[in-house]
Amino acid sequence: MNRKIGKQSLIFENKPQFLSSAAIVGDVEGKGNLAEHFDLILDDDRWGEDSWEKSERKMFENAVKLAVQKAKLEISDIDCLLGGDLLNQIISANFAARSLEVPFLGLYSACSTMSESLLVGSMLIDGGYANKVACTASSHFSTAERQFRLPLEMGSQSTPTAQRTVTGTGCSILTNKDDENGMNVFITSATIGKVVDMGIADANNMGAAMAPAAMDTIVTHLDDTKTTLDDYDLVVTGDLGFHGSDLLYEICSEHGVPLSEKKHIDCGKIIFKAEQKFGCGASGCGCAATVLNSYLLKQIKAGVYRKILFMATGALLSTVSGMQGDTIPGIAHAVVIERGSRQ
Amino acid sequence: MNDLRKEEQRRYQNKVNERMPKSETALQCVKAFCVGGLICVIGQFLNDCAIVHMGLDKDMASTFTCIVLIFIAATLTGLGIYDKIGRFAGAGSVVPITGFANSIVAPAMEHRVEGYVMGIGANLFTIAGPVLVYGISASVICGLITCLIIA
Repeated sequence: MNRKIGKQSLIFENKPQFLSSAAIVGDVEGKGNLAEHFDLILDDDRWGEDSWEKSERKMFENAVKLAVQKAKLEISDIDCLLGGDLLNQIISANFAARSLEVPFLGLYSACSTMSESLLVGSMLIDGGYANKVACTASSHFSTAERQFRLPLEMGSQSTPTAQRTVTGTGCSILTNKDDENGMNVFITSATIGKVVDMGIADANNMGAAMAPAAMDTIVTHLDDTKTTLDDYDLVVTGDLGFHGSDLLYEICSEHGVPLSEKKHIDCGKIIFKAEQKFGCGASGCGCAATVLNSYLLKQIKAGVYRKILFMATGALLSTVSGMQGDTIPGIAHAVVIERGSRQ
Repeated sequence: MNDLRKEEQRRYQNKVNERMPKSETALQCVKAFCVGGLICVIGQFLNDCAIVHMGLDKDMASTFTCIVLIFIAATLTGLGIYDKIGRFAGAGSVVPITGFANSIVAPAMEHRVEGYVMGIGANLFTIAGPVLVYGISASVICGLITCLIIA
């Protein structure tokens, strides 16, 4: 049977099931709203390493190890590790995979990497090409800052639309639907996002750059799967922040999808407390990855949400493209995460 | 089709500009004025001290003031304090010579892990470099113009 539906969506027959998850975050995230849900909060974001890059890859490696350990598996049980980060040539993922010594597919779709890895991982499992996959995404405030912006100790101000990159790695272990140790939480369908660029060039306003891509994926997903917002308990976006979320509501309603705060959570809006004063909220691959693999999965497992559309959003810019005057293309991949039974 | 897309983009961009949270320019100007002013007052105090108590002439006193201010700013950068001042004061702590010192020490600290040559050496002026290039170029042009007028 054809498992592609509509224009961009897929349904999974052998529904991949979450087996375990882990989230490691930095100290600043540990002072935020979701502190109690994270598996490990670092005391300092260097984590005893001599560079932040090394600390990020250590976080990546340990998140995978922790998720594997929580699933009562060995690293060698993982058929494929999928994941990426924000650094050039995704070095955090690549170098962590070097020490983990498992088959590895490196992925990049900026901050949408968590959804991308879940999407590709689900395809591997549904297709019978893997029994257990680890889906990961990671970002680090200090490494992202020095790559994309200014040195950390520079005394400059950020604009009100700026968001703070999350220091954190999230990892989900997926297994096939019959696994009795699974969480009874499944990935049932997915939509591969299109790159959408509405001409936003301000690298300090990523929320605005990514909102149209998120809207495009939501509208396409509902259309492809012949569902409406009523079929979902929640739509989760990655890191649109406060400003980006407002824009998303507006452009979604223009396209006939009345999305509002009642049915939407943006990971970038909930991770930090208001008094931490980080402009428009949080961003980075680690934002959606850590929130999903701690708070959200717990909520779904507990039955608070039955079915969610999880959609991390990415801004596909580079330091070179920005300087050459290019606008910022956005992307959003979506997966439907559902609580259910193995039958 | 292309025109339609452009029109859609333009409409979206207008919406973004309308909705986006704006900087509090007036308040920010006051903060910048106060902190920038305070740095200048400290500079003036050092300058006067150098003339009155150390017996330096005017030029030497200016040099002395610069050195002390740069030293203080570099130390505060190293201690992780200057970026906090900068977050509060904006241009108030960027424009004075202390901001220039900060813009050189910050990349030096950051790129230490990539080694002394290709790390610190190559990145020391990544932020201050453009200021130097155009600052020096402008002063050369001004100098030439002055020369021509006087001659």
